[in-house]
Amino acid sequence: MYHYNDFDRDFLANRNAQFRAQVNRRIDGSLTEDEFKPLRLMNGLYLQLHAYMLRVAIPYGTLSSAQMRQLAMIGDRWDRGYGHFTTRQNIQYNWPKLKDVPDMLDALAEVGMHAIQTSGNTIRNVTADHFAGAAADEIADPRPVAELIRQWSTDHPEFQFLPRKFKIAVTGSPNDRAVTKAHDIGLRMVRNDAGEGGYEVIVGGGLGRTPMIGKVIRDFLPREDLLPYLEAIVSVYNLLGRRDNKYKARIKITVHENGIDTIRDKVEAKFAELKPLFSGVDQQMLREIEGHFAAPEFRTASTEAFDDAYAADPVFRAWCDTNLSDHRADGYAIVSVSLKKHGATPGDATGDQMRTLADLAEAFGHDELRISHEQNVILPHVHKSDLPALHRALKAAELATANIGLISDIIACPGMDYCALATARSIPVAQEIAERFEELKLEHEIGPLKIKISGCINACGHHHVGHIGILGLDRAGVENYQITLGGNHTEDAVIGERAGPGFAYDEVTDAIERIIRAYLDVRESPEEEFLDTFRRVGTEPFKAALYPKETVDA
Amino acid sequence: MPRAFTPKVITANALLEGDVVYLTKDDLWTRDLSEAELLTDEAHADIRLLDAEKRGNEVVGVYLADMTAGPDGPEPTHFREDFRRTGPSNYFHGKQEVRG
Ligand code: SF4
Repeated sequence: MYHYNDFDRDFLANRNAQFRAQVNRRIDGSLTEDEFKPLRLMNGLYLQLHAYMLRVAIPYGTLSSAQMRQLAMIGDRWDRGYGHFTTRQNIQYNWPKLKDVPDMLDALAEVGMHAIQTSGNTIRNVTADHFAGAAADEIADPRPVAELIRQWSTDHPEFQFLPRKFKIAVTGSPNDRAVTKAHDIGLRMVRNDAGEGGYEVIVGGGLGRTPMIGKVIRDFLPREDLLPYLEAIVSVYNLLGRRDNKYKARIKITVHENGIDTIRDKVEAKFAELKPLFSGVDQQMLREIEGHFAAPEFRTASTEAFDDAYAADPVFRAWCDTNLSDHRADGYAIVSVSLKKHGATPGDATGDQMRTLADLAEAFGHDELRISHEQNVILPHVHKSDLPALHRALKAAELATANIGLISDIIACPGMDYCALATARSIPVAQEIAERFEELKLEHEIGPLKIKISGCINACGHHHVGHIGILGLDRAGVENYQITLGGNHTEDAVIGERAGPGFAYDEVTDAIERIIRAYLDVRESPEEEFLDTFRRVGTEPFKAALYPKETVDA
Repeated sequence: MPRAFTPKVITANALLEGDVVYLTKDDLWTRDLSEAELLTDEAHADIRLLDAEKRGNEVVGVYLADMTAGPDGPEPTHFREDFRRTGPSNYFHGKQEVRG
């Protein structure tokens, strides 16, 4: 865990004091909304449909127990007793009052957190693999580098007014769990022929109105070149990016319009200029940061208690089978705690649940928690012998849903229930689909399947890369949902294909069920996952199931 | 033929609370859509909007929202305005909660 030093603390205290004064001046009438809006956005404060919303960054998705407890306290004291975890590893509070926000920010600063650059045309919260530091397949923990990028990009004078927002994601594993190919810059740690670790640098990915899979700009970047190289990319974009048209301002369009080769040449030229200016201070800082992220002292203990419980208790077994992932240390497991209880709002946790998770991380998880872009909470380091007790405690807090990676583990953005930009709702669609498949008792039979739902073309719910994607639109004043098939968010990222005409709000769940029934029909065996079946058979059987009449007509 | 004017109300979010408010005939901000002034004349609506926009120390994001006349006052013609006057659909929070 990174711990703030005096510089960080002073910086944040000053910034918060400044914003407190700005809020006061807005309230007493000396600032107009036009003047205040950019200031509040720089500090993560939005105005949504029903209220203000405060978006707080959880850098690279990592939290300590103390931070999680503070997030719970903030939700209880100044919000409605809960928080919403987002696909960019942020937490959003949906009901703050303007005058309380400075106090909320001070409370965040107490635990080394902030809401800076969670909005605006700046470099946003740097996200990372939620299994960082724990995954069995990891080359190196990506978080020290993510923290270095956070420090470099926070308040970076050159990058406060980019053509558009800018998102960076990092993974330390060849298996991409951080959706790096859908970010403005994605960094994937790889090894070169000599066996050294470095970065594959991906640029120009992004979902939204014009979805693009990122392109490799450098297939191997030595670790020590990272910051000058990133600075080169962002400054090339800062000059070249279009400021005339909001919809063409993201770097994905810059790369698309100029071509990756031109961009690469410009970046390499800029990099050659910048590299000598980086005197190595960044590497010194990185080494210091790395010290903060030293692995916990894993213990060696018998896993007998785990084996016994696994054999004896079918509920525990089912939970283990879906919610655990391989840990790099012997006898340990990575636990994914589902925030997708059937019928619940994806990504929401109550204050009590957050406190329970904090307590459990303290008792069983070396004091660490992660927030995944899939809107779940991860306890990255749990010894297997502690799993039975952990599971009992999670059950008591309604946090033991055994559905990670299954059809009810849905990503859903806030949609029109909260978001001012939405064209339709997403939360109730997710709720209904989850409940339907729970009723049908089909989800374990269906196996791994990712449904992702966005309430508008901005695609915060990553619908383009869902195995099944759902996009809520406003068609002549009525909610209408477009379905895409075959998307993939991993290192083999693919944008899903539109299935055909959209469905009305009350038809979506039936449509999804028809897709699933078609899949169960055509899959070769229960081992053939949805995405593999889709790759083998294409869209046809699903289209036939979705639009039966048209198929007959054809 | 001039296009028929869709009746409107003036709406915004309150500066301090952030919640949805509507302008009444008496120039007060109400939380309840049924108390809002329904504007049926385009020229009048534009003037009311200009005046409301001057009240930036009370509200944020003033605009005209389409409505129809219902038995209990203005009724939204679009689902977005229906959510704004009610609150989110996943929790009983917002206006629906206050109304009971
Ligand atoms: S996808 Fe659209 S509706 Fe959903 S959170 Fe993003 S901007 Fe809002």
